[in-house]
Amino acid sequence: MQDFGSAFGEAFRLVVVLDPALVEIVALSLRVSLTAVLAAGLVGLPIGAALAVVRFPGRSVALVGLNALMGLPPVVVGLLVYLALSRAGPLGPLGLLYTPTAMIIAQMILVIPIIAAVSRQTIEDMKDEYDEQLRALGVGPFGMVATLLWDARFSLLTAMLAGFGRAVAEVGAVIIVGGNINHVTRVMTTAIALETSKGDLALALGLGLILLVLAITVNAAVMALRRTAGHASFA
Amino acid sequence: MRPSLDFATGGGVGDQPVDRVLPIRGSGVSIRRAGRTLLDRVDLTIEPGPLTVIMGPNGAGKSLLLRVLAALIEPDDGAVSWAGTAPSRRRAPRLGFVFQKPVMLRRSAIDNVRYALKVAGVPRIERDSRALDALAGAGLDRLAGSPARVLSGGEQQRLAIARALATRPEILLLDEPTANLDPTATLAIEDQVRRAHQAGTTVAFVTHDLGQARRLADQIVFLHQGRIAEHAPAAQFFAQPSSEAAAAFIEGRLMP
Repeated sequence: MQDFGSAFGEAFRLVVVLDPALVEIVALSLRVSLTAVLAAGLVGLPIGAALAVVRFPGRSVALVGLNALMGLPPVVVGLLVYLALSRAGPLGPLGLLYTPTAMIIAQMILVIPIIAAVSRQTIEDMKDEYDEQLRALGVGPFGMVATLLWDARFSLLTAMLAGFGRAVAEVGAVIIVGGNINHVTRVMTTAIALETSKGDLALALGLGLILLVLAITVNAAVMALRRTAGHASFA
Repeated sequence: MRPSLDFATGGGVGDQPVDRVLPIRGSGVSIRRAGRTLLDRVDLTIEPGPLTVIMGPNGAGKSLLLRVLAALIEPDDGAVSWAGTAPSRRRAPRLGFVFQKPVMLRRSAIDNVRYALKVAGVPRIERDSRALDALAGAGLDRLAGSPARVLSGGEQQRLAIARALATRPEILLLDEPTANLDPTATLAIEDQVRRAHQAGTTVAFVTHDLGQARRLADQIVFLHQGRIAEHAPAAQFFAQPSSEAAAAFIEGRLMP
């Protein structure tokens, strides 16, 4: 118990003095996950919008598939990206395995289904409301998608934040494709896993604290966004 | 003189705008859903000028007919033409449509109007002044910056009409625009529509409210069970309805 108490104390100290090792890990975490979410948004939002607006045969199957992909186990994604990027894999020559780029790719794949599914739902609901009015005004299909994306922007930002929450907190995918290499691919979650198994609880707890605060901040941001949008009746 | 939006059709003569939509003609229009015939070979022409009220009991097909004429719904049989040619999206801004429940974009009141002007191809420099004019005409200029969705039901509907009129349509189509409003708001809407009509906009107005029809109509189209039971000048319709269904409706009797 004494150990745990001192570990907590040390963890707080690391956070307060902005320990360089800790800051480096947090910075890499943020860089990887933010990049992954932005890239996932670039892919996921158009997919969601297209699924919401375009009717095609097999659409319901695609929606079931998309919703199932939301629950993709991170380790499986990690394994698949690992296979693709490993030397013998199709993308092996790029030499991306055990780099931050590989981690970004893995997290992006994890997050795309979330952003696509949530934006599909949001945009489809809004389309039900807007469709006739926009057609009556003479808006074409592309104008319709642009209008829906703009008017749904608050909800879509919420989807992006949810995606970020998932990306920054997952460990299975980044540990497989990143390898948890010190100063190169060590992020918060992989560091916590490693330090815990090494018994160095202080760093693990410090990082855990930051991760927790980050999760709370993301959720607070989501709520604040919803409230602002609600007040302005933009939601 | 408003600038012509499109020079491609080449139908313009002198000062005539090129993109006309009147008369709107539905010929042999039928709509069937789930084995039921909701509109049954309806023939109707809306000529420029009069304020036409399309009336009938619930389920007679009034709203459906209005949507078919506005090319929002494809008829299963028959055809709709605008000024003699097939409806086209390009000409949609020449035809203003107002729904029973106003659809407000998640923007300010004036941005709702600006949006319609942009879609209609109005140059950016003209949009502000025209949007403000449209809001002033609806008595909404004070609320220009308010989010449209916090306006009251009556204000939203007035905004919807202002938005529809901002693109200077030839015809305004309204689908029971006052069905959810109190009497004061209803009269404000009727006044707004009457002024638009006096300013030269042709109007087609769907309602099941007899009093409203009496107050507004130049002519009445009476729909019953998906067919036009009667199409007559308003005075004649109310004094001497020629169809049994219309007579029953006016007297307030229940119909089969």
